[in-house]
Amino acid sequence: MSTVLDSRSFMRWCWRQLTSMRIALILLLLLAVAAIPGSLFPQRSQNPVQVRQYFIDNPQAAIWLDRFSMFEVFSSPWFSAIYLLLFISLIGCVLPRSIEHLKAIGAKPPLTPKYLDRMEFYTEMKKVELDEVEKYLKKKHFRIRRDENSISAEKGYARESGNLLFHLSLVLILIAVGVGSLLGSRGDAIVNVGDRFINTPTSYDILGFGKYQAEDSLPPFSLTVKDFKAEYDPVTNAAIDYELTVLTANPAGSNETTRVIKVNQPLTYGSTKIYLQANGYAPTVVVKDKTGKVIFDGPTTFLPQDGNLSSIGAIKIPDMQPQIGFVASFLPTAARDPIRGGFSSYPEVLDPRLLLAIWKGDLGLNTGVPQSVYRIDTSKMERIGLKALVLNESYDFGEGSVTFTGWTSWVNLQIVNDPGKGFALIGAILAILGLLISLFTRQRRVWIKQGRKTQVAGLAKNGIPGLEEEIKDLVKEMSNER
Amino acid sequence: MSDNSAAVLSNNLIYSAILFYALAFLAHAIEVAWSVKTPAKSVKKTKLDFSRTERVGRLATAFMVLGFLLLLPGVIFRGISANRVPWGNMYEFSITGAMTFSGAYLFALKKYKLRWLGLPAALSTLLTLGTAVTLLYRPSAPLMPALKSPWLVIHVSAAIISGGVFLLANCIAGTYLILDRYEQKGIRPVWAEKLPTLESLDNLSYRLVALVFPLWTFSVIAGAIWAEAAWGRYWGWDPKETWAFITWVAYAAYLHARVTIGWRGRKAAWLCLLAGSTFLFNYIYINVWGTGRHTYSGL
Ligand code: HEM
Repeated sequence: MSTVLDSRSFMRWCWRQLTSMRIALILLLLLAVAAIPGSLFPQRSQNPVQVRQYFIDNPQAAIWLDRFSMFEVFSSPWFSAIYLLLFISLIGCVLPRSIEHLKAIGAKPPLTPKYLDRMEFYTEMKKVELDEVEKYLKKKHFRIRRDENSISAEKGYARESGNLLFHLSLVLILIAVGVGSLLGSRGDAIVNVGDRFINTPTSYDILGFGKYQAEDSLPPFSLTVKDFKAEYDPVTNAAIDYELTVLTANPAGSNETTRVIKVNQPLTYGSTKIYLQANGYAPTVVVKDKTGKVIFDGPTTFLPQDGNLSSIGAIKIPDMQPQIGFVASFLPTAARDPIRGGFSSYPEVLDPRLLLAIWKGDLGLNTGVPQSVYRIDTSKMERIGLKALVLNESYDFGEGSVTFTGWTSWVNLQIVNDPGKGFALIGAILAILGLLISLFTRQRRVWIKQGRKTQVAGLAKNGIPGLEEEIKDLVKEMSNER
Repeated sequence: MSDNSAAVLSNNLIYSAILFYALAFLAHAIEVAWSVKTPAKSVKKTKLDFSRTERVGRLATAFMVLGFLLLLPGVIFRGISANRVPWGNMYEFSITGAMTFSGAYLFALKKYKLRWLGLPAALSTLLTLGTAVTLLYRPSAPLMPALKSPWLVIHVSAAIISGGVFLLANCIAGTYLILDRYEQKGIRPVWAEKLPTLESLDNLSYRLVALVFPLWTFSVIAGAIWAEAAWGRYWGWDPKETWAFITWVAYAAYLHARVTIGWRGRKAAWLCLLAGSTFLFNYIYINVWGTGRHTYSGL
């Protein structure tokens, strides 16, 4: 019996602690501190390549950091614990206050305190008609409690309304974020200019679904990349503008329309948006065997390495005997210097070069271990040649020949469905609104008591300025009346 | 006007502004130095006599206003020369930041009698501008595609204004802490003769933070809206976003500490400084050494 009581009172004690302001403050500060490692260490969700590099550079440290979720700070148990506790505390604090606040609509201000002269702002004045004071205060939109020989007036209830609106909107934002990650999806697809993309899970290079998002729920559009234009500044080489022209049909097979996608102008289907995220080059080569039969003819997606789009890639020819692999670099505008060797001096294709290291042997494609499409595992291969090709040049590497026939551009489309987004925006707008109301509303009380003399006193919440003048005005006005 | 001549004009205006901020700094320094009266034999304690230096002080404010009036068109012409808003790299952030900081000071000067803050205000503007023209300068160039959005104008202008006011609040909180040290020992130092009371310093920094906290909130949200349009997600915990969040939470903690727990004075001033330094850290560290998608400082 007593243990039940004890545990119940213990729970109550915990709850009171959790919803106390001191704990709220500590949790807020903790949240700020907990976010710091997320900016110091590379995060898997943003930059998996850098995380892998970190594991290579500092294997010992990385293993330990990983144990503490340092590479996934924002989905880590401890980060989640802090913000969940904070929000529980917030709800526990704000809900009762909201109910109280709702009850207080239309309620009268509290009774006039007994000893006014202990208040912060206190003056006395000649005897006045309380009716006059009441009229005056009413005109100034004070709420009024009129007693026999005193008036208690209050103004600025909106401050609490704003404060509650603000805190409740934060809850709405949190829910919206949760909805987005549980019910949304996000994927990347690399599409060459001229190619068609159909929105099914298999068309993606990477695709992530929220826990409760069905895989067949992707909107059934198709999209053909007609043209991609990139414009660069000739002095700084920086990109000025990207413009992607696509033919789209929703659902696939219906009438196609021409649309333009830019970096800040995604294409929208309901809550799904299609963004232009990155671009690069896919050089095309023709590979023939010794008899002159064409074994491979087409573009291969290369990965840009720098601002001037020098790109690396791997062209794999598993259908030749022995297997052939080209470890390649593509330089859109080739230049040389003695230290770096060949490099690209401009991101547009002006003087392209394809640098090839030619390997023969076993590409290792049948081992079952997934391989990067941009790299070749050369451990079971032998290098048989090195060559830099200009456009339309061929090279005979003994087992066959390779010709550099051209290039196409590719774009990385990011396709995102975030059904929580709208709610987050509404939450954000309400939060700002609430904040403005609560920070710019001055809440204050004024009391007038009729005794041998008339006493006037005031109290401003948080020492907000201006009440002193207000009381002076009141006294002046009342003195002039007579 | 050609883009190039606008850029040259902008540079000249900014150099002239630096000259006037330097003059303002000198005048403020003289104001403080000269107001130390040689103690008369009968008086033990050195006293500040500001009546002697009122003119120098006014002159300093006039220089400050002139500096601002030159800096403003300097920033505007920088924007004209690049055909966009002037905050595409660290250089431009710095000159715009210096402008809003000194603007915030002059605005607050009118409202709150802040001239005692003139010396540090002139000095920090001068240092920011000096660093900008010597270390951070980049020729005027157009924006990278992701920065082409009206939200950039909205997001960055809100952030810069908030930053200016946060830093002003930090200066005041810092002054509070230094002065508090002295007053603990029961003396008000000579240079502080003209400063307001500790309590009003405390209130002033709170008032400034409360004033711009909604603007900073708005700036973070505007950034999220822009990120949604440019990068396909409204929040991605990029280092810059992470630190904007940290700053926001730190100031929320500061407001809580003051409003709901009733922290005043030293503790509140330290918390204010802490929150402000997260803002500074974000601005300097992430732009200079950081990684992530916000690194377009051109360094
Ligand atoms: C997500 C975390 C939170 C944030 C960002 C936040 C933010 C803020 C801000 C900026 C203010 C100042 C508004 C004003 O001055 O009127 C404030 C006030 C307040 N907050 Fe929070 N808060 C959070 C969590 C909480 C929690 C957990 C509680 C309760 C335990 C709480 C209760 C209050 C109260 C009572 C006020 C005082 C308002 C007043 O008396 O004027 N908040 N909050």
